[in-house]
Amino acid sequence: MEGSKLKHFATSPIGRKVFTGVTGLGLTLFALAHMAGNLLYFSSDPNAYNKYGHKLAELGILLYIIEIGLVAFFVYHIFLGISIYLGKRKARPQNYEKYASAGKPSRQTLASRSMIITGLILFAFLILHILSFKYGPSVSDGYVVTVDGEEIRDLKRLMDEKFSTPLYAFGYPAVMILLAVHLRHGIWSAFQSLGATNPRLSPIIYTAGGIVAILLAIGFLVLPLSIYFSGGAA
Amino acid sequence: MTINVRVWRQDGPEDRGRFENHVVTDANPHMSFLELLDVMNEQLIGEGKEPIEFDHDCREGICGSCGVVINGTAHGPKQRTASCQLHMRDYSDGDTIVVEPWRASALPVIKDLVVDRTAFDRIMGAGGYVSVATGGAPDANALPVPKEDVDAAFDYATCIGCGACVAACPNSSASLFTGAKIAHLSLLPQGEAERTRRVVAMVDQMAEEGFGDCSNHAECEAVCPKGISISAIARMRREYVKAMVVGDS
Ligand code: FES
Repeated sequence: MEGSKLKHFATSPIGRKVFTGVTGLGLTLFALAHMAGNLLYFSSDPNAYNKYGHKLAELGILLYIIEIGLVAFFVYHIFLGISIYLGKRKARPQNYEKYASAGKPSRQTLASRSMIITGLILFAFLILHILSFKYGPSVSDGYVVTVDGEEIRDLKRLMDEKFSTPLYAFGYPAVMILLAVHLRHGIWSAFQSLGATNPRLSPIIYTAGGIVAILLAIGFLVLPLSIYFSGGAA
Repeated sequence: MTINVRVWRQDGPEDRGRFENHVVTDANPHMSFLELLDVMNEQLIGEGKEPIEFDHDCREGICGSCGVVINGTAHGPKQRTASCQLHMRDYSDGDTIVVEPWRASALPVIKDLVVDRTAFDRIMGAGGYVSVATGGAPDANALPVPKEDVDAAFDYATCIGCGACVAACPNSSASLFTGAKIAHLSLLPQGEAERTRRVVAMVDQMAEEGFGDCSNHAECEAVCPKGISISAIARMRREYVKAMVVGDS
């Protein structure tokens, strides 16, 4: 696709949805990988989590490339979400006095109606989350552990400390529930945006999307809660 | 039976509009919803007031002109039923019915409950047709089409252009309307020649008209009096992507 055509496509109602779906699914895959990585915390090897963090950091330039890609996905996904929201406001300047969904086969839910709100909260959370962990105290601040004769960042200690405070221990799970709400509509919607035409398949995708959303949230929220309730030190 | 009607009143496109409350005392369960409005209008005329404007033609669910939002749902509470096919037997004595026009900047109110749907005509004009030199009628079955394709194309072709999809969509998107025509013609050999050009032109026109983007709420399918599946929208997307990536438009 040459430049002008790509622009035509990207700014069209179809292109906007396709890119929202592609970036959304990409971010969902990232979240799944992140969640799986977190579960290493529960590994029998007490250093498994720190080793994993260290491995990621060792990727060097490759990690930067992945991070830039992630930032691009996030930024574009958010940009599209906001522009779709503003477009919808413009398309109906005056609301109905009374509005009621017609029910099934409508997929309109609290989740589908609140994508902009859950999305923006998740974005705010993401910034705080990166500041507290990625750019939180590191080796130079004494968060160090020696593994196989090598001094690496003790990320686990940071987690134990953060999640011993009620704000983190309960704030994180609350946001993860919002993530599930966002993905309840998001995953299914992405497939629909990418052209899932089979009406027989669509209920299966809808259900599967919901299950993935819930499992993802549970996978994330067990960690802060278990740290908090086990007294912060594993 | 007595029905309270709370109805939108707007003198013209520029008027801000307001609600009016009317009581129809001699409604009966056999009346259609439009007949209720007729009785209410006779009442208004009797009182020397201006009747409420509403669109209607066939009164049997095939012309697509009668759509209004009834108690918050486009075409009222019954699925696969146009406003004109709704009957007062679905209501009880003393009920209040709130009646509003479609609300979307692309389908502006002309007067009261009547909206301007020429945006739909322009989307159709952009490509919702097949250009053929019409000669003599071809032999039946001279052009074989798989049964599944015909069935699906026929389902998509049942759109009556009422605009309920736009009215019910939280985003005021016209994706189901536009997608239904694109999906219909994309499944038939007659649509093949203009397939690429059609989808791009129609989607662009839809955007041009100021309809919102689709967020896959699927509310449109639920209110469509013909029950057209949102698979039409997914098919439109596929067609559009294909046209952009490989097409020659
Ligand atoms: S009046 Fe024709 S569809 Fe209702």
